Amino acid sequence: MRKAFVQSLVEAARKDSRITLLTADLGYAALEPFIEEFPDRFVNVGVAEQNMVALATGMAEAGLVPFCYSIVNFSVLRPYEFIRNGPIVHQLPVRIVGMGGGLDYSTNGVSHYGIEDVGVLRVQPQIAIYTPGDAAQTRNLVAHTASLPGPAYYRLGKDDLLEVPGLEGRFTVGRPELVREGQHVLILAMGGIAAEAVYAAELLAAKGIAAGVAVVSTLQPADHTFLANLMRAYPLVVSVEAHYRVGGIGSLAAEVIAERGLPVRLVRCGLSEIPDGVTGTLPFMYARHGIGRNQLAATAERAVRALESAK
Amino acid sequence: MLMALTSSILPHSQTLCGRQLRRIILDQSKRAYVGHIGSSLSIADIIAVLYGGVMKIAAPEDPERDRFVLSKGHAALALYAAFHLKGWLDEGQIDTYCGSETMLGVHPEHCLRGVDFSTGSLGMGLGYAAGAALAARMQTSPRRAFALLSDAECNEGAVWEAAMFAAHHRLANLTAVIDCNGQQALGHTKDVMNLNHLAERWEKFGWDVHLVDGHNEAALQATFDGLNYRTGRPHMIVANTVCGKGVSFMEGQVKWHYWPMNDLEYAQAVGEVEGADP
Repeated sequence: MRKAFVQSLVEAARKDSRITLLTADLGYAALEPFIEEFPDRFVNVGVAEQNMVALATGMAEAGLVPFCYSIVNFSVLRPYEFIRNGPIVHQLPVRIVGMGGGLDYSTNGVSHYGIEDVGVLRVQPQIAIYTPGDAAQTRNLVAHTASLPGPAYYRLGKDDLLEVPGLEGRFTVGRPELVREGQHVLILAMGGIAAEAVYAAELLAAKGIAAGVAVVSTLQPADHTFLANLMRAYPLVVSVEAHYRVGGIGSLAAEVIAERGLPVRLVRCGLSEIPDGVTGTLPFMYARHGIGRNQLAATAERAVRALESAK
Repeated sequence: MLMALTSSILPHSQTLCGRQLRRIILDQSKRAYVGHIGSSLSIADIIAVLYGGVMKIAAPEDPERDRFVLSKGHAALALYAAFHLKGWLDEGQIDTYCGSETMLGVHPEHCLRGVDFSTGSLGMGLGYAAGAALAARMQTSPRRAFALLSDAECNEGAVWEAAMFAAHHRLANLTAVIDCNGQQALGHTKDVMNLNHLAERWEKFGWDVHLVDGHNEAALQATFDGLNYRTGRPHMIVANTVCGKGVSFMEGQVKWHYWPMNDLEYAQAVGEVEGADP
């Protein structure tokens, strides 16, 4: 999604002269289109993410819309208090851009896994959180949100070629996109892991289970009524996220189900503990943490069978 | 009686002096029975000079005003005193300091007219100010940015991130002042985290450094007036100050970082401040 993001940022910057781009010395072979077209609106602040957000706060107060680019953990966790006391407290249009959400940095190890970013930001009610599913949706999402008021977080995937079947770039702020209809179970997927969810649904179909799949690309502000109506059409929801099971889409779904009193069972898939240091390819990491297509299909099938046998 | 006293002190002054600010600091600290008195007294003269004419602020809402960050937010009472004297606060608003349903808390909040940035967590303000200075450059505006830090705040790593950035980008429109009173919350800086050669450290980081008596308003004014805000290095004014300045029993005493005054202490403090040379 990186190239799609930068290209759409360039397009947004052509229309909105307030848009500027800061990086904490990352984005090689990615940010160049923006740098070349807007050299006076780009600054590499060095390896200093806290200062990047502080700078952006001062810039946004003066009327600019700065995008702060780094790898997820460095753009969210390191400067977390700066994000809170700066853009959120002042309600300024600073954009935190996190590259490589989830386990995308696979063999780079735990320092590079962005597995709690959405959770720590979602407890702050006044920052928008976007988790696009693939490149095409990223383009549409950036076009719709780049110039909105208030702070925002963009959680991007590394893979430029990833495509979520059926998504076709659709995006509406606050609402999940249904990419596959089903009957027995709805898989709610946050961001790029939705592709695994679609492949899991295909595996389930071969076993006679009709699984719907919805891509969640806005965690905040979320249209709770829309989400509730989507979930109430199914007896079972399986949430999946390349993130801890707490704080992201699993938690959002649980809150909506509980607060609306929906007659829906929920099974949350995601990381349940800090990765132990054993690394591998992205499919290996997904499988190891129970969120690859095969594991998702198996989890969903067990839950469907358990629900059927309980009737 | 205290409320009437403070509210009647010279609102809408064009020039400010540290003694006026000190009286308001004492009155409001006593009325609200809160501390941070020493820190506010420490910066009274610096704030008086900045808001008395150094900074160009036609009105707090003017987008082309100079920006100010009180990075040592715990001394906000000195800032409120300046706002009161400039007539920026509603009538009687200064007397809501640390009350309920007030915008005048211990630390400054941007919802209050005149506050550009909320602060209170040390180490963030210099970066805000550097961002304000960078934005002015990008927007080809003559706006300047000022930040007031504490010396102990330089314990924070983020201060040095901002220091490196501002020097690298030669933000001449950025001026920082360090309130160098040698004290921090739990002791003297020389005992907690030694800041010796602080001016040299900033100079080595690429700043245009000036040492000045932080209680000499004429010297402060002359220093600000002599800076080149258009080209060159960012400016650092290392202001030598005394925590609790103007009140003999507070000066240099760590406890007055936090302590509130009783009636006797207040009476003595007011007597000393009112009796001081203007």
